[in-house]
Amino acid sequence: MRKVYPDATSALEGVCKDGMTIMAGGFGICGLPEALINALRDTGVKGLTAISNNAGIDGVGLSRLLETRQIRKMVSSYVGENKLFAELYLSGQLELEFNPQGTLAERIRAGGAGIPAFYTKTGVGTVIAEGKPVQEFDGEKYVQERWLRADLSLVHAYMADTEGNLVFRKTARNFNPMMATAGKVTVVQCEHLVRAGDINPDHIHTPGIFVHRIVHVPDAPKRIENRTTRKRTSAAAGTGGDI
Amino acid sequence: MAWTRDEMAARAARELRDGFYVNLGIGIPTLVSNYIPEGMSVQLQSENGMMGMGPFPYEGEEDADLINAGKQTVSELPTTSYFSSADSFAMIRGGHINLSILGAMQVAQNGDLANWMIPGKMVKGMGGAMDLVAGVQKVVVVMEHEAKGESKLLKACNLPLTGANVVDMVITDLGVFSIDKKGSGGMTLIELATGVTLDEIKAKTEAAFTVAL
Repeated sequence: MRKVYPDATSALEGVCKDGMTIMAGGFGICGLPEALINALRDTGVKGLTAISNNAGIDGVGLSRLLETRQIRKMVSSYVGENKLFAELYLSGQLELEFNPQGTLAERIRAGGAGIPAFYTKTGVGTVIAEGKPVQEFDGEKYVQERWLRADLSLVHAYMADTEGNLVFRKTARNFNPMMATAGKVTVVQCEHLVRAGDINPDHIHTPGIFVHRIVHVPDAPKRIENRTTRKRTSAAAGTGGDI
Repeated sequence: MAWTRDEMAARAARELRDGFYVNLGIGIPTLVSNYIPEGMSVQLQSENGMMGMGPFPYEGEEDADLINAGKQTVSELPTTSYFSSADSFAMIRGGHINLSILGAMQVAQNGDLANWMIPGKMVKGMGGAMDLVAGVQKVVVVMEHEAKGESKLLKACNLPLTGANVVDMVITDLGVFSIDKKGSGGMTLIELATGVTLDEIKAKTEAAFTVAL
């Protein structure tokens, strides 16, 4: 079985239907499967539930499917820096389910691992726990959270081999590995495509069993949301402070 | 007279210990990294999947794949490791991070914290804040004492909570409070900022507190 497709459009053929649930990796616009998101927009599929930590930023990422009203509901942890998102939500045109970031990550991991529910301390005593079972373990209260799975997972990787084994790069990893495991169909956009055997098996982050389709996008734009630097002349300083 | 933002950050840095793994929030907490004492080993965690976060990169060395939780470009250190969001929050939720320093809109005398939402106004989301306050060993809030002339230290929060009974210490421009978040000890004023009197801090604090200066 061949997993490699010639382009993003063909990689999504036959797997999109109205009302389906999708996952898209990325933190802000870092590690975003942007070519696949754009191809999904071009299919014209509607009524999507989209699970993604953010909704991209105005004009980039899932935000482009908000422009076309193709998304019915978002499941996210943070949607700042996105005016369109706020407008659609506040005017009732978009459903939104906020999840704490770690709960979101674990719900997706649980979905891929076949664990229908788990308990966490996160959100106990807040609106997040409302309507969910709360149970005491060893003297502390925990809230039950349920798994998340998707009809289609869109993933960005630094390198893939033809078998679908993946390597991520730096903080572009983020939600991509868990989402790869939680999709009925997982489609990967990679920057580098190599032959099976070219990646040291000990260095593979996501085994190819989780990956169904691969598209090589070597020239995808890499955008920076918030460029911060220090001057070469400045004395060594701690993280953050000097811009 | 009161503490400046930098003086508040410097005071928060006194909660650091050698060998600590620490998560710093956005705003004044980020400044704490400028006050890590020389010779002390402190690793900064960024919840988007990095331990051992370095300073901003030199101009021209920015890498779109290397950002912090505020989406700012950062750099690598010899101690750096990268991991998934699930592993990142295993560190946080699993109690492996020693200290979380973050900002707040409101803190209550029982340790309740509100910092993620204003109903009908602010739609941004909690990001990792709820996980951090629930899971990290010690939670320190650094914030202005008042907002628009109103105390941010309250008997009870009226904004939606980020966490219930989660704050151990509050550092404001006027002083430092400790909170017995799991017990019945309530809130205690333990330090006054430079030039601040007990009467002033009493007048500007809605929460009930005992004094142990």
